[in-house]
Amino acid sequence: MTHFGNYEDRVKNFSWSISEEELGYKPGQVINIGWYCSDRICQQGKADKVALIWEGFTGEKKVFTYNDIRLYSNTFAKFLTDLGIKAGERICLFMDRVPELYIGFLGILKAGAIVQPLFSAFGEESLFVRLENAETSAIFTQRKHVSKVRKIRDKLPHLKHIIIVDYDGRAPLQEREVAFSMEKERVEHYEIYPTQAETPSVLHYTSGTTGMPKGVKHVHYSLISQYLTAKWVLDLHDDDIYWCTADPGWVTGTSYGIIGPFSLGVTQCVLDSGFSAEAWYRFIEKNRVTVWYSAPTAIRSLMKAGDEIIKKFDLSSLRYLASVGEPLNPEAVNWSIRVFGKPFHDTYWQTETGCIVITNFPGMPVKPGSMGRPFPGITAVILNPNNHEPYPEPGRIGLIGLKPGWPSMMRTYWNNEEAYKNKFRNGWYLTGDRARMDRDGYIWFVGRDDDVINTGGHLVSPFEVESALLEHPAVAESAVVSKPDPINMEVVKAFVTVKPGFTASKDLELDIMNFIRKKLSPLAMPQEIEFVDSLPKTRSGKIMRRILHAREWGEEIGDTSTLENE
Amino acid sequence: MEDLKEIIKNYVINEYLEPDSDPIDYDTPLISGGIVDSFSMVSLKRFLENKYNIQIPDDQATPEAFDSVNKIAELVKRFVKA
Repeated sequence: MTHFGNYEDRVKNFSWSISEEELGYKPGQVINIGWYCSDRICQQGKADKVALIWEGFTGEKKVFTYNDIRLYSNTFAKFLTDLGIKAGERICLFMDRVPELYIGFLGILKAGAIVQPLFSAFGEESLFVRLENAETSAIFTQRKHVSKVRKIRDKLPHLKHIIIVDYDGRAPLQEREVAFSMEKERVEHYEIYPTQAETPSVLHYTSGTTGMPKGVKHVHYSLISQYLTAKWVLDLHDDDIYWCTADPGWVTGTSYGIIGPFSLGVTQCVLDSGFSAEAWYRFIEKNRVTVWYSAPTAIRSLMKAGDEIIKKFDLSSLRYLASVGEPLNPEAVNWSIRVFGKPFHDTYWQTETGCIVITNFPGMPVKPGSMGRPFPGITAVILNPNNHEPYPEPGRIGLIGLKPGWPSMMRTYWNNEEAYKNKFRNGWYLTGDRARMDRDGYIWFVGRDDDVINTGGHLVSPFEVESALLEHPAVAESAVVSKPDPINMEVVKAFVTVKPGFTASKDLELDIMNFIRKKLSPLAMPQEIEFVDSLPKTRSGKIMRRILHAREWGEEIGDTSTLENE
Repeated sequence: MEDLKEIIKNYVINEYLEPDSDPIDYDTPLISGGIVDSFSMVSLKRFLENKYNIQIPDDQATPEAFDSVNKIAELVKRFVKA
């Protein structure tokens, strides 16, 4: 029996107060995600229930009960308070998927500070622009990542504390660095900061077409959406063993890798390891995972690994499968039905929405290749791009627009109100994605409405990569577009002209690739660099990415009347 | 073969490891150990192809085949010989 039940009934009778009542929250009261995800679960009599099963790549395993989560998140909060951190300050988590990442997230919220999770594979430039923009006060990191922080700390006057969670004493601590060991102390009592519904909670950075990355500001009231969508869409039950494969450096890893499951008191497991089909299947078998939330890129990689390997493992515990990050192709859904006996359910949402807004619901027929239907309480329409009015009839391709107002909707972009306002037209939030709706109300993804590249479920700004490319000594000009990829849907491709004195070569291509990987991140690294004599430009000198994009995707080039050399 | 392994190991150390990282040996898991992710694997593959003037087909450039210096050396050896 699914939590969700019948779609029409849920839509008809829906109110976000359902979630408020289940969580025991009344408007105007204190609402702190850290408390709801640990202390409240203990008060419900589940203090000894396993909250987190963590496994490292070497096979090392740690298990934390909800009482452990409560005490250690107190330890984090007290440590920050003792450092003098005040409510509202931004505290960055820059770590691999170690237990401190999950528990520290709750501890920072308990202290009333704002969590700024950042993907640990980020290079120093990506890290710098995000810490600078947020004026981050402190960063939790590991020994293996601290060198990236050291390279940029002098340019970050607001960064007062660099906190190393696995300091081993082998090398001396440097300027502003402090050691912290979560498991050294279990803090029984901590006065949790009385955050209100609109108190900022999480700051996730996302990439756009132009400008630098934007900090998406969420508030503690987002819990109301994240709790209910985790329950209804991921169908999490009390006895489930849940595995969300997303990294908490990105929004899926926090909304559904921390807040959703912990607020429901569910047991979840985490594998801090790179991808390998065998390791993943073994992890499911070993932990008897029942609900698995993953991504199309991972699913396609598993498909590539073949069906034979699956036969080596007992995966019969799997009950419900869901996917997020990019459109899930029908072949992947049909493959999962064939090999696991159940489909992956696509879920659609964004950093800005904070929670799943469109999905194929549990218990309802999955239309392979479709994003599904809007979550109750979410009004999703297909907008005419010319006047931003909803198309009255199904089948038309337009922009996905959402009626703002659900609890986990972003409240603004950090220090960038103008960009925030730009996301709305005619009373609709513009997702930046194009789609069509069929007669049954299912929505089908068509493509992005801008140049942002979705690679393996992560958004990469072509502008950011182009800017970084220009810092390479050999690069004169650059244009960055996506190119199709069978596993990651899209990957980054760069077109480059070289400066006099440099010669295009395979070694130069590799050098530029590594330059971007280290400066920005592996995701932003061009998987291919094409050296060209010149780039297509308008007569006013603006590079015409769309021509290069069309060429990569085999599409019509369209109007070239403004092309410089036409 | 030892030369080949040493070249691969040194490249991984210089390109993918931060200064304070734990040392690696020929069997250290690179992909499953999170040292080289699937995106970065492309640059490692490109290095090998440039260095040894070979082409490694995408269907053989799997996370499993790139998961340690020893495994990568085996893979490269097959193509250099061929």
